[in-house]
Amino acid sequence: MTALRDEQRHPLARRIAHWVMALSILVMIGSGWRIYNASPIFPFIFPDWATLGGDVEASLARHGDPGVASAIAWHFAAMWLLVASYLLFVLWGALSGHFWRDFLPVGPKSVTRDMLAALRFRLEHRLGEYNAVQKAAYWGVLAAVALMIVSGIAIWKPVQSYPLEILFGGFPGARIVHFLGMAAIVLFLVVHVALTLIVPRTLLAMVVGRASEPRHGVSSENLR
Amino acid sequence: MLRGGLSVGALSLLTGCDLSDHDSVQRVLARFSAWNDRVQAALFSQRRLAPTFPDAMAVKDFRYNAWYGADKAPRLDPADYRLVLAGRIANKKPWSVDELHALPQVSQVTRHVCVEGWSMIGKWSGTPLHTFLERIGADATARYVGFECADGYYEGIDMPTALHPQTLMAFRLSDEILPTKYGYPFKIRIPTKLGFKNPKFVTTIYVTDQQPRGYWTDRGYNWFSGI
Repeated sequence: MTALRDEQRHPLARRIAHWVMALSILVMIGSGWRIYNASPIFPFIFPDWATLGGDVEASLARHGDPGVASAIAWHFAAMWLLVASYLLFVLWGALSGHFWRDFLPVGPKSVTRDMLAALRFRLEHRLGEYNAVQKAAYWGVLAAVALMIVSGIAIWKPVQSYPLEILFGGFPGARIVHFLGMAAIVLFLVVHVALTLIVPRTLLAMVVGRASEPRHGVSSENLR
Repeated sequence: MLRGGLSVGALSLLTGCDLSDHDSVQRVLARFSAWNDRVQAALFSQRRLAPTFPDAMAVKDFRYNAWYGADKAPRLDPADYRLVLAGRIANKKPWSVDELHALPQVSQVTRHVCVEGWSMIGKWSGTPLHTFLERIGADATARYVGFECADGYYEGIDMPTALHPQTLMAFRLSDEILPTKYGYPFKIRIPTKLGFKNPKFVTTIYVTDQQPRGYWTDRGYNWFSGI
């Protein structure tokens, strides 16, 4: 009897969309934090080293700008990459069946069950198969990026997109929503990267397109 | 351009450091910024008005904003102030404050949006810039209108924005003659542009086909900066 192997495959289009999206999201976050620092909406700012936009003091000395000009230039360049890769990822995911096959079914009951199992370290991982918490997280982060795009348009073009901002309770509200969406994406990234480090083969699959390992343990299906 | 952006971003990630201060990175960012200028010009419509608000929502104590303190703001004496006109304008006779104040005026309550993210609603009154441009015989087929200011500031806008019905030469803020620190004798108030595209203490208006420089655009901010 041949040993069963679990396998994860990521076609090229998905990998390209994933990595361009990853890169543009990191640029958006770093530059967004620098822009936020110029006019914070909460009683804290981000440390300069965590932000994107060059040397703050050198830029101030050079021409009286704390690198916000560069941060905005990054933000409004990376936004095109983000929108393009997001559309590629979503359209490809929907049309290829990837989303429906791998991210469904999911519901509050299965998410609660898998979350509890994970907290007791009883959630088995099988390469190529997502548990309910992962499925919910993927839908969540896709929704968060969509929210960032829409609230971002309301902030970038409050006149041309008017009355879009009313969805967010006005222009200042759109900035708060844009911030909260960022926070949700950062939270996703922390967990996403941590899980990848725990199961590095998933990273391999997202880089070269394919990874496999001998089947072990029981699948989450058998836990029911 | 996309490939340039990707490789710059990837390099930035791999080296784990911020490459913003490199000339090559700034060149790539400048190309994206120029592309954004074109996108914004295409999005802009003279029929699309900025939202206006009830008078009660206008802030009385408007935020002072400049790179120098309010006490350093230039005090222009109406006795010898003259607005200088240059470029593609038929009648270049300089204008005194009294002559400017005699122009037809309108009031509007609009929102000022700063590039930093803060916003504030204010009431400005003055003459629509298009009315003034018609009065002086400015060539409306020219591409840009530029402004030079008494505090060393300089800005310029595209002709479609200059002719937008809400673009004002604002002589008043909150129904009072524009106080010194807000740009006496007038500021260009453009509710369809970010705040830094609203020059104060204007001393020269010129009409040209060559894109005017701007104080903050020279420091890396996007030129069109429409909202």
